[in-house]
Amino acid sequence: MSTLTEAAPPEADEPPARPPRKRGRLVPYWLLLPGILWLLVFFALPLVYQASTSVQTGSLEEGYKVTWHFATYWDALGDYWPQFLRSVLYAGAATILCLLLGYPLAYLIAFRAGRWRNLILVLVIAPFFTSFLIRTLAWKTILADGGPVVGALNNLHLLDVTNWLGATDGDRVLATPLAVVCGLTYNFLPFMILPLYTSLERIDGRLHEAAGDLYARPSTTFRKVTFPLSMPGVVSGTLLTFIPAAGDYVNADLLGSTDTRMVGNVIQTQFLRILDYPTAAALSFILMAAILLMVTFYIRKAGTEDLV
Amino acid sequence: MAVLSAFFRWLRRNLVVIAGLVTLAYLLLPNVVVTVFSFNKPKGRFNYSWQEFSLDAWKDPCGVADMCGSLSLSLQIAFWATLGATALGTMIAFALVRYRFRARGAVNSLIFLPMAMPEVVMAASLLTLFLNMGAQLGFWTVLIAHIMFCLSFVVTAVKARVMSMDPRLEQAAQDLYAGPVQTFLRVTLPIAAPGIAAGALLAFALSFDDFIITNFNAGSTVTFPMFVWGSAQRGTPVQINVIGTAMFLIAVLLVVAGMLVGMRRKKKSL
Repeated sequence: MSTLTEAAPPEADEPPARPPRKRGRLVPYWLLLPGILWLLVFFALPLVYQASTSVQTGSLEEGYKVTWHFATYWDALGDYWPQFLRSVLYAGAATILCLLLGYPLAYLIAFRAGRWRNLILVLVIAPFFTSFLIRTLAWKTILADGGPVVGALNNLHLLDVTNWLGATDGDRVLATPLAVVCGLTYNFLPFMILPLYTSLERIDGRLHEAAGDLYARPSTTFRKVTFPLSMPGVVSGTLLTFIPAAGDYVNADLLGSTDTRMVGNVIQTQFLRILDYPTAAALSFILMAAILLMVTFYIRKAGTEDLV
Repeated sequence: MAVLSAFFRWLRRNLVVIAGLVTLAYLLLPNVVVTVFSFNKPKGRFNYSWQEFSLDAWKDPCGVADMCGSLSLSLQIAFWATLGATALGTMIAFALVRYRFRARGAVNSLIFLPMAMPEVVMAASLLTLFLNMGAQLGFWTVLIAHIMFCLSFVVTAVKARVMSMDPRLEQAAQDLYAGPVQTFLRVTLPIAAPGIAAGALLAFALSFDDFIITNFNAGSTVTFPMFVWGSAQRGTPVQINVIGTAMFLIAVLLVVAGMLVGMRRKKKSL
């Protein structure tokens, strides 16, 4: 306690008459007050309002009343379970792809880039400065029907594989699940690479040498030393990819079709076009609860509590 | 045969480098496409297939109705959101690192939760609040929302910097008869500045590029991302690509300039 008061920033200009610590004690609360109030009113309170909206019945014209109508939840789940399932599947696939694609790049930046390290880091972050909607639209050009990418996939017979998996349809990629997953992977890849890089960069290079000295082959070194030590990065990277991907509706809308709608698309249409507020609120609440549950379970399993 | 096995050995040793570079190419490919298509002269309303080279869009970047207006609105919102979120977030970060107080756990979760929540959930719930209060959707509701979701990121960035700060520096300043205000302005603030700057930069980028939360809470106000979204339905003008390319170039130039200045400083101090 004493070291903390010593280190306290000196905003509190103590008048000599008062005991010095009493007023200093209030300083943290004054510092917290405006920001925390903002979060309480515009983040926490809206969630309460949303919970109450989800159990209301009524219509736009006559107004809504809380009637504890929990059936909205069952109806929403019954009507929109395919979209929920799709959200989890697409977001899961995108997360796995991000990990597979992102790990080598993070590894490259951390251990093999040498003096190119900063440049590559800049190149990973730089796309952020072009609006993500513009970049997502660019995928429409890249994956265009009859374009070079689709042609190459076709020649390599990879489209046969994705057709068999149900991810593409015939010789099109655009407007299929593959396009949506590709867009999601692309959009959230930096959120995977950066935490991976941070945790890889902290690894002491001598550990690799030690493993080599003890006759571990490179693959064994990776499996027994590097990968376990990068687990915090893997955990926060997968969370930072999965959570926004599961709630996203931009990729499904721009790159997909009506058959690739995710739960975010449903919430958006219910809220902004159909104006069925109770259903939209219920869907949004289910999404939130599902994600919080999954995150808690995952963090428990992965065993890293200190993420932030 | 020896050449072949040497090649395979080289390939095995550099597999991770090749895979990493492939990923980097995947990340940068859309930016290349955006840049190339800013020189396109599309037939019809959509700029998705290459027709012929033209400088028209670069000569007249504001030639599309409402686009530059939405751009300037986005910049204004990002500016005020950055200012608000950085001020509030820096205060919270200092309180969290420097003081012990009740309900610290609750404060920490309140800051963590917005970052762990899908955007669409925050967007929808905030809209329910505004609708219930009968608030007029527009500039102010968007600004409120942006400050809300940028706040947590600023706190995280500033906290990291303040935590690694040596408290003895401030004690030394006070030992040398610096008053509280002087110590804060001339010692504390300069040391915390890089963290605050990083937080502010992050807030600006997040706010400027936000679409989902803005789409829910903007009413009929159109920010730049919303303009792009609308144009994906109505027809994409080439000028969108011009803005995208220009933003990318400006950002890269600023970062490279910053790195060069940093390197020169390092050399001088050596």
